[in-house]
Amino acid sequence: MSRPGRDEDPDRLYTLTGGRSRAGSAAAAFDLVTLVVSESEPTAGMQSEHATILRLCQYPTAVVEIAAELRLPISIVKILLCDLLDQGRITARHPRTAPATPPGARTAIAATGTGGPVPHAAPLPDPHLLEQVLVGLRNL
Amino acid sequence: MDSATSDHPPLPERRERRIPLGGNADNGLKIVVVGGFGVGKTTMVRSVSEIRPLNTEEVMTQAGAGVDDLSAVRGKTSTTVAFDFGRISLNEQTVLYLFGAPGQERFWFLWDRLFAGTLGAVVLVDTRRLADSWYAIDRLEQHGTPFIVARNDFGGPPHTQQQIREALDLPAHIPLIDCDARSRESSKQVLITLVEHLHALSTTGRPVQETTSP
Repeated sequence: MSRPGRDEDPDRLYTLTGGRSRAGSAAAAFDLVTLVVSESEPTAGMQSEHATILRLCQYPTAVVEIAAELRLPISIVKILLCDLLDQGRITARHPRTAPATPPGARTAIAATGTGGPVPHAAPLPDPHLLEQVLVGLRNL
Repeated sequence: MDSATSDHPPLPERRERRIPLGGNADNGLKIVVVGGFGVGKTTMVRSVSEIRPLNTEEVMTQAGAGVDDLSAVRGKTSTTVAFDFGRISLNEQTVLYLFGAPGQERFWFLWDRLFAGTLGAVVLVDTRRLADSWYAIDRLEQHGTPFIVARNDFGGPPHTQQQIREALDLPAHIPLIDCDARSRESSKQVLITLVEHLHALSTTGRPVQETTSP
């Protein structure tokens, strides 16, 4: 088997990323469902994983799908994607879920936290987006 | 927009059946199906997914500190968590990814890393093993991730919804529905119930927390 596999020696994973120990904030920007699109063709001599990503992403492809196809951990794939993004070889379409302005009700809840922990901080999705999701699901 | 015939580049091995998204897809969304082993997460994902469910993994350090430090990957202190996912194209731009996530404790170290920004969650339960869901429900509540509970029908002894609510200590405002994860129509209804719940929350604000002081 020539492709990198999940049972492979961890040193191989380490080598794949050039031994970089930190992905940095650029990698953190990649969500599991960020859609990646190739902006160029693979070139001769390119690292094989990079070339594979460019071929996969001729159509928009989520980070998690790339990881599954490459059989590599998500965090490794994010580093590889950062390389390609830096080189201008891919573009990234990040998810958009949150409303532009949080509803007042939620702000009020957050503001009235009196001593007790307010566990939830994540904004709820935009109602219009949820309506689109419902339409899509009902049409399945 | 694409016809069944394709001019995709030749891909080796099992990839000939890979179905690409349309070129206009630009917004990926997440819903997570959480539950214990054997409760039917992958079955549900498969029922509604337009692709055969895929499997992938993430690595984490034993301390749960995450994987930014890849040197941890080299050592023996890293472990991996694997999860399945499927995909539903909702319209030309919007794609919903469904993740099947094990509910066990170690997975939650990675929740924020993997599932931040998720629309919401489905807790899939088997009434023969309700206790398997307690931990997941606790964590979702702590995270403030909206969720519903779906009882996968394994043909066991019937329980009333009230019995299940009590066993799960589930507040009245959280939907509880029955489903058959093998059925596309039933699984679709589970997702619709979740998104309707999310929509109600997003338009009317969150239900009053039960934990507010008297």
